[in-house]
Amino acid sequence: MPATEVLTATEATPHRADPLLEVEDLAVEFRTRDGVVRAVDGVSYHVDAGETLAILGESGSGKSVGAQAVMGLIDSPPGYVTRGSIRYRGRELLELDEGGMQRIRGRHVAMVFQDALSSLNPVFTVGDQIAEMYRVHEGASRAEARRRAVEMMDRVHIPAAERRYGDYPHQFSGGMRQRIMIAMALSLGPDVLIADEPTTALDVTVQAQIMDLLAELQRDTTMALVLITHDLGVVADVADRIAVMYAGRVVEQGAVSALYERPAHPYTLGLIESIPRMDDERDELVPIPGAPPSLMRIPPGCSFHPRCPMAQDVCAEDDPPLYAVQPGRESACHFWEEVLTSHG
Amino acid sequence: MSDTRKDARTDRVDTREVESRGAARDQSGTAGGEPVGELSGRSASLWADAWRELRRDRIFLAAAAVVTVFVVMAIAPILFTRTDPRACDLSRSLGRPSADSWFGYDLLGCDYYSQVVHGARVSVSIGVLVTLAALVIALVLGSLAGYYGGLVDAVIARLTDVVFGLPFILGAIVILTVFENRGLFQVTLVLAVLGWTTMTRLMRSSVISVRDSDYVLAARALGTSDLRILTRHILPNAIAPVIVYATIYVGIVIAAEATLSFLGVGLQLPAISWGLMISDAQYRIAEAPHLLLFPGLFLSLTVLSFILMGDALRDALDPKLR
Repeated sequence: MPATEVLTATEATPHRADPLLEVEDLAVEFRTRDGVVRAVDGVSYHVDAGETLAILGESGSGKSVGAQAVMGLIDSPPGYVTRGSIRYRGRELLELDEGGMQRIRGRHVAMVFQDALSSLNPVFTVGDQIAEMYRVHEGASRAEARRRAVEMMDRVHIPAAERRYGDYPHQFSGGMRQRIMIAMALSLGPDVLIADEPTTALDVTVQAQIMDLLAELQRDTTMALVLITHDLGVVADVADRIAVMYAGRVVEQGAVSALYERPAHPYTLGLIESIPRMDDERDELVPIPGAPPSLMRIPPGCSFHPRCPMAQDVCAEDDPPLYAVQPGRESACHFWEEVLTSHG
Repeated sequence: MSDTRKDARTDRVDTREVESRGAARDQSGTAGGEPVGELSGRSASLWADAWRELRRDRIFLAAAAVVTVFVVMAIAPILFTRTDPRACDLSRSLGRPSADSWFGYDLLGCDYYSQVVHGARVSVSIGVLVTLAALVIALVLGSLAGYYGGLVDAVIARLTDVVFGLPFILGAIVILTVFENRGLFQVTLVLAVLGWTTMTRLMRSSVISVRDSDYVLAARALGTSDLRILTRHILPNAIAPVIVYATIYVGIVIAAEATLSFLGVGLQLPAISWGLMISDAQYRIAEAPHLLLFPGLFLSLTVLSFILMGDALRDALDPKLR
């Protein structure tokens, strides 16, 4: 029995206009002394206004690198975007120079990171750091910038925002720091917010508060949220759609409810079976055997086949394409039909 | 008897109080509610913390007091003596220190106290000017090399290596002998040209350690320009070790100027400088030891104070030493 709360998410995306942000066949590699690391290898996804896309994957699955590539934050050398297209409102971001990207970042697409303490400059007060966004990007006066920064701190529910304007990052708790980061990221009203594991460094109750905050802020605007996480629990409550990544690729993509209820890829199935549930009658959790491959030595064929309980000979030879399972639903498994029925 | 018992009891109460206070702090620490200063490493209030530390540091306070005296002496020698250092009377030649003239008279019969006081100006200005010039060069080149890396770094690193290869004093002697007239400007220029390398290397490595920090990446992710990242994020966080070195460096430069003047390639007469005075004094050390003693004492005190200040600053800025 699938968890019931999962079903509350919308079945499918409401309308399919132009995607706000569209990533197509993106490939990023790092040329290191030890060899080429294919961190992202042919990833495609899109996110529409007001929608939340979760990118789910283990450490090293390429989910963060993909997001940094979207922001143009891959340092070259050693990192290179070797293939693909990243379009924001139909505009190709990979063709922009650094100056062009700087105008996109913050104003149109913004990003928050995992560790909010190290993401804030330790030598300036948090208020000044938020206010600077208005002063630099919008030429606001000092007083105006301050007023809007306090307003922003209020919006992310920092208690006594006015008083805490002059406090330094280390004087805040982890959750509050992440709120400050979110306030900074949203200060210029971006259309897309990429949140890279925004709750990983926080304890569980605070995680929930931050996710609630993101959901609330998103409700107020038509902002699209790309939520990068390894936490299935986080995803279930807030995401509309999920892209599951494994070894630098998207292996399954679809609406949250459909994907949780009937996964179409053995890896997704494995992930879902490995989470503990309150209503569970099983005595033991079912882990996925083995470990994710090194991105320098991705197995031939389907990259998941050495760990896959359903693997057959063909999996070691043929790299499965993304099969269209249903409209808006894809799986990179030769035997997706079997996976679907095995669990149905 | 009863008194001691009471004392023991109050002692015990005190310890318990301290313990419970400690426990309360631990709790607030784990709850992550309020400021946990010790855990934050290079914290926001790095400079504020350092200042608090320095105000309690007796060595720093003493050194800073001496430095202040010499700086005031350099700016307004008139506060220390009304005697004109060039009002000389040959009849007083090599006069010993006395109540009339605390430091005695030099060969030409000029008041030596006034001379030594006026000598502070040259030493302190050269020390400060050279250090400021070196600091500016180091901040610009070090930041560029550290932040951009690659070709920029390679070019700057080679340039630094070339200049670094010239021995400081020897290089200064060679260059200074080219000048016809050697005044404050020429000596400052030569010392600055030769003296920026160590600071630049220090700045470069400091910038590299800050460059890859998360807040720089986060700032980039929010559309901050390179210039702003350098000035707002990298410079303020990378500058501490360079400031420490610069403070010590003032002392080193003052000593270097004195050395050059002593060797006869620094300032020339009739300039008044401690180095020149010491140089003159060396021939009459048996006859008139006060000529060596006083400028030597002032010079050593100044150099020592700057170095002690730098040391104290380094300790205060390093949270690990607290």
